[in-house]
Amino acid sequence: MEIGFLLISIIKIVAIIAYLYGLFWAMGHSSKWVKIGGVVLGFAIIQAALSVPIGGSTILNNFDSGLLFQACTMAMVALGLNLIYGFNGQFSLGQWGFYGIGAYTAADITFRWVNGDASGLFVVGIGVILGGIVIWLVGGFLRKYRRVPVLSSFTLYLVGSIIAGAVALFIGKSIAQGLVGMLGTAASPGPLNSPIAMQIVFFLAIVFAGIFAAEISFLFGLPVLSLGSDYFGIATLGFTIVVNVLMVNSDTILPFPEMKGGRGMIGIPKLTTWFWAFLFLLAVIVIMRNIIRSSHGRAILSVREDETAARAMGIDIASTKLFAFVLGSLFAGLGGAVYAHYIGFLSPGTFTFLVGFNPMIIVVFGGLGSMTGTVAASFGWIFFLEGLLRVLLSQMGTEAPTWRFVLYPIALLLLMLLRPQGLLGNIEWGFLKVALVKRTELAQEASETAASG
Amino acid sequence: MSTSEVKKNSSPVLRIEGLNKYFGGLRAVNDFSLEIPEGRIYGLIGPNGAGKTTVFNMVTGLYHPSSGEIDFMGENIVGLEPHEITRMGIGRTFQNIRIFPNLSVLDNVCIAYHPHAGYGVFDAVFRNPKFGEKEKELTERALDFLSIFKLDSICNETAKNLPYGEQRRLEIARALATNPKLLLLDEPAAGMNPGEIVRLMEYIHFIRERFDLTILLIEHQMRVVMGICEWITVMDFGEVIARGTPKDIQTNPRVIEAYLGKEASHVA
Amino acid sequence: MQKVSSQPSPVIHEPKASLAWIGQLFLVAVALLALYLVVSNLIKNPILFTQFVVSGLQLGFVYAMIALGYTMVYGIVKLINFAHGDVFMVGAFVSFYAVSRFNLHKWPETAFPGISEGLAVVIGSITVMLLSMIVCVMMAVTIERVAYKPLRDAPRIAALITAIGVSFFLEFFGALNFVFSPRFIPYDRPFEVVAWYIKDGIHRITEGQAPPDNSVTFSNIFIIIVLASILVQFFLQFLVRSTKIGIAMRATSFDKPAARLMGIEVDRVISFTFAVGAAFAGLGGVLYAIAYSSIYTQLGILPGLKAFVAAVLGGIGSIPGAFVGALIMGQAEALTMGYISTPMRDAVAFTILIIVLLVRPTGIFGEPEKEKA
Repeated sequence: MEIGFLLISIIKIVAIIAYLYGLFWAMGHSSKWVKIGGVVLGFAIIQAALSVPIGGSTILNNFDSGLLFQACTMAMVALGLNLIYGFNGQFSLGQWGFYGIGAYTAADITFRWVNGDASGLFVVGIGVILGGIVIWLVGGFLRKYRRVPVLSSFTLYLVGSIIAGAVALFIGKSIAQGLVGMLGTAASPGPLNSPIAMQIVFFLAIVFAGIFAAEISFLFGLPVLSLGSDYFGIATLGFTIVVNVLMVNSDTILPFPEMKGGRGMIGIPKLTTWFWAFLFLLAVIVIMRNIIRSSHGRAILSVREDETAARAMGIDIASTKLFAFVLGSLFAGLGGAVYAHYIGFLSPGTFTFLVGFNPMIIVVFGGLGSMTGTVAASFGWIFFLEGLLRVLLSQMGTEAPTWRFVLYPIALLLLMLLRPQGLLGNIEWGFLKVALVKRTELAQEASETAASG
Repeated sequence: MSTSEVKKNSSPVLRIEGLNKYFGGLRAVNDFSLEIPEGRIYGLIGPNGAGKTTVFNMVTGLYHPSSGEIDFMGENIVGLEPHEITRMGIGRTFQNIRIFPNLSVLDNVCIAYHPHAGYGVFDAVFRNPKFGEKEKELTERALDFLSIFKLDSICNETAKNLPYGEQRRLEIARALATNPKLLLLDEPAAGMNPGEIVRLMEYIHFIRERFDLTILLIEHQMRVVMGICEWITVMDFGEVIARGTPKDIQTNPRVIEAYLGKEASHVA
Repeated sequence: MQKVSSQPSPVIHEPKASLAWIGQLFLVAVALLALYLVVSNLIKNPILFTQFVVSGLQLGFVYAMIALGYTMVYGIVKLINFAHGDVFMVGAFVSFYAVSRFNLHKWPETAFPGISEGLAVVIGSITVMLLSMIVCVMMAVTIERVAYKPLRDAPRIAALITAIGVSFFLEFFGALNFVFSPRFIPYDRPFEVVAWYIKDGIHRITEGQAPPDNSVTFSNIFIIIVLASILVQFFLQFLVRSTKIGIAMRATSFDKPAARLMGIEVDRVISFTFAVGAAFAGLGGVLYAIAYSSIYTQLGILPGLKAFVAAVLGGIGSIPGAFVGALIMGQAEALTMGYISTPMRDAVAFTILIIVLLVRPTGIFGEPEKEKA
C-alpha cells in the first residue's frame, strides 16, 4: 500500500509538472488556435479527471482536488511574492497578511450575500472604487510638489481613504437595503435569487477582495517601502502579525461578529470550482508575464538589479516598488479569495506568520525571478509536502505536522548553502520565456542596414 | 579653438554655486563652485576623498546638498529626485561599473527608454496593438543605438558575462540612451590598460560630437585628463584649489603639492 | 591663491521639503493622542498606572537583555539574527530541565549540607543561569559557524532567509515530543517568588492573600531582572570600551576589511559577538521563564522581534540605545495592554518601528548619515 501510494504520488507530481509544461508551451505558441486550444484542453483535462468516473472513482479524488485548489491559490500568492521579492528585490514577509485580507473580505461578501445581506458586496465594491479614485486624485495632487516627505503623502492618502471608506459604508448600506426589498437576495425571493446571480456575486467578491488587498498594500507600502531591505522585511512581518491579531479579534476589536474571531468563520459558500481556480490562476500568470515582459517589467527588474543605477536611468524607484508591491498583493488577495471559497472555513490559524513563510520558501525553491519555477514549485510543494509527505508521515506517528516543519527549514538551509538561485534557477517555459529569437532577427536586420548604410 | 570661444559666451549648461555637503560633522564638500559652458569636456580632479564623487552625487540628486545652488540649463535642480534630474538631461556613469548584471545588453539600454515607453500598464497587460507598435519601435531604437557602440551583435548576452571593456562601453551607451545634454563620467578609465585608454579618449571625443554633449568627468589618470579635458577644476579636502587649462594646472604649485606630487612620488 | 580653510558653518539649510507640515501634523496628532491616553489615565488612577509602569519595566528590562544581542550582531555583520529569539527560548528550556529534571538548583544543599538556606538558593539559581548561558553560547556559536559563516559574502537577504530557517528549525525541532514538546509547560522556579505591595509602606504578600486595592505590587523577580539587566549593561560597556576584544569588535563593526588588515581575526570577533549576545539572551530566557512561569517553544519569536524593534528604536549598533529602546518598548507595550487592548500589544511594537524608521532612521542614539561609497 505504501509503495503503491508513493508511486502514484510521484506519478501525479510528474504528471502535473508535465501538464504545466504543456500548458505553457501551448500558450506560448505563435498560432492563435494552438493557444486557445491549449488553454481549453488544459482546462478540460483536469475537469475530466475531476468529474468523469472511471471504474467507480475519478482519477483525481477529493483529496487530490483539494490539493489542486490549494496549489492554485498558493501559486497565485507565490507569484505575487516573486514579483515583489524575486523580480523587484523587496524582501516582503507581508504576503500572507494580504492573502488573509483577501480571504476574509471575499468570504464576508459572499457569506452576507447567502444570508440575505447585500451590504458586504456594495460597501466593499463602492469602497474599492472610491479608494481608487482617492488614490488617483491624491497622487495627482502630490505630483505638483517637490520632495514631499513620505509621511505627508501617507497622511493624505490615509485621510482620503478613511473618508472614502466612511462614504462607501454609508452609501453601500443604503443601496443594499433598498436592493434587498426590490430585487431579493440569495435568501429572499426576487430576480437576484438565482445561481447565476450567485456566481456573479462570487466573481465580484473575488475581484473586490483582490483590489481591496491591493489598496491596503498601497497605503501600507507607501511608508514601509522607503525603509530599506531588511527593515522592510521586519515591518511586513509585523503587518502579517497585526493582521492575524485583528483576525483573532475580528468579533471584539473589529465589528464583524460573523467572522467569529479565533473560533474561525464557518458557513462560507463553497463556490470555488476548477473553472474559477483555473481562470484566476491563468489571469494572474498572464497579467504577470505581460507586465514583466514589458517596459514596466524592465523597470521593476532594474530596481532589483541596482537601485542607484536605476535612478540614474530615470526610473522612479519609489513608484516602481510600490507598483510591484501593490500588484503582488493584488495577486495574494485574489488567491485568498479563491482559497476561502474552496475551503469554506477560515480560521486565523491559517494566517499566522509562521505559515506565512511558506510562499517565501516556495519562491526561494522555485528560483527568484522565475515564474515557471514559482508555479512548478507551488504545485510540487503542495502535492509533495501536503499530499505525499503528510500521508507518509502520519503513518509514522502523530507528530507529522511538526516533522514537516522540521524538514522545511533543513531543506531551506541546504538550498541556501548549495543552490541559492533556486531549483529551477531562472529557467522559463514556453509562454513565460523571454522572446529572444525575434530580437536576434531584428539585430541582424539592424546590423545589415548599418553595414549597408 | 574659435568655436569653443564662441560657446564660452553662451549660458552655462551646469552652474554650481556655493555648494556644501556635511556628513554629520564631516565636511565633504565646502563652498564648491563650477560653471560648464556648452560643448566642453570638463575635468574634475583631485586626490582620493577630495569630494569629487560627492559633487556628482549631488548634481544627479542622489544626495541633497546641505546648502548651495545647482542650476542645469538655467533651472534649479536642487531637491529634485534623481530620476527627474535624469529625465531633464543629465546622464551619468559610476566609478565601479553599475550595469544591470542579470539583464541582457538590450534590456540594459531599453530601461533608459522606460520614461518614454509610450504605453501604460493596461496596454502591456492586454498586449494591444499600441503595445506591440511602441515596443517594436523601442527595441529597434535600442538596437540602432547599440550598433553605434558595436554592441548590437551581443544584444541578447547577459550583461555580467561581458568582458570589462564592453561593460564600460555598455554603461556609457546606457547613460547616453537617456538622451542627456550633460554626461557625467566617474573615472571612465579606471582599470583600463594604456591601449584601452587611448581608445577611450577617442571614444569620448566621438560621443561628444555624435550626441552634441557637454561632458564632465572625474579622472585619476593624468594622461586622460590632460589629453582630453579642455578645462579642469582641482579639488582637495572638499575645496576647489585650482582651475584652469590643463597646462595651467600642470604648473600650479598648489596642485602639484596636493595631488601631482603625491602621484609622482607614488609612480616613482 | 592660498585660501585659509574655514570651519564648517554650523547653520545647515537643507532645501525645504514641500508639504512637510502635513506629516508633522500627523505625528503631532499621534503623539498628542498617546500623551492624552497616558496623562488622562495617570490622573484617573495613578496607582494603577504605576502598576502598569512596573510591569512595563519588567518587560523592558527583559527586552533589553535580548536587544543587546541583536544590536551587537547587527552592528557587526548587518544581519537580523532571527534565531536570537529562539536562543532566548532555549535558555528558558535549559533552565527548566536543569531545575525540574536534575534539581540542579539544589546542588549546594547536597554538596554542603550545612550551608545556609539563602546562600544555597542564590548559588543554585546562579548555577542554573550559568548553565543556560553556556548552552546558549555553544548553540549560537554553532549556528553562526554552520549556517551564517558560509553565507558571509552572499547577499544579505540570503543570510536573512537562512536566519529565518534556523529560527524555524529550532522552534519546530523543539516542538517534537522527544525534545521540548509543543505544549505550554508550567515552569518550576528555582526559588520562591516573594511579592510585596506598596500601600502605607512596603508589605510582604503572604501566600493566598490578595494584595489590597489601590496598591502597587512588585516581586523579587522584578528586582532581580532589573539588577541583572543593569549589570549586564555595565559589563558590556566595560567589555566594549576597555578590553582588547571589545576594541576589536568596534573596529570590525566600523570597517571589516580594514580590521582584517590590521590583524584582527574577524571571524573570531564575529563568533565572540554571537556568543556574548547568546549568553545574555540565555540569561534573559531564564529570568523571563521565572517571571512568567510558563514556557513553550515559540515563546522567543515575539519577544525577539520586539527586542529587535527596541534595538532599532535606540539606534542599531548602539548598546545604550538598545537599553533605552527596550525600556521604551516595555512601557509602550504595558500601557497598550493596560489601556487599549491586550491583543494590540504586538501591533504597537511594529507601529513604533515604522514611525521610528520614517522619522529618524538612525534611532535615538544612532550615528548620523554616513557617506556611501
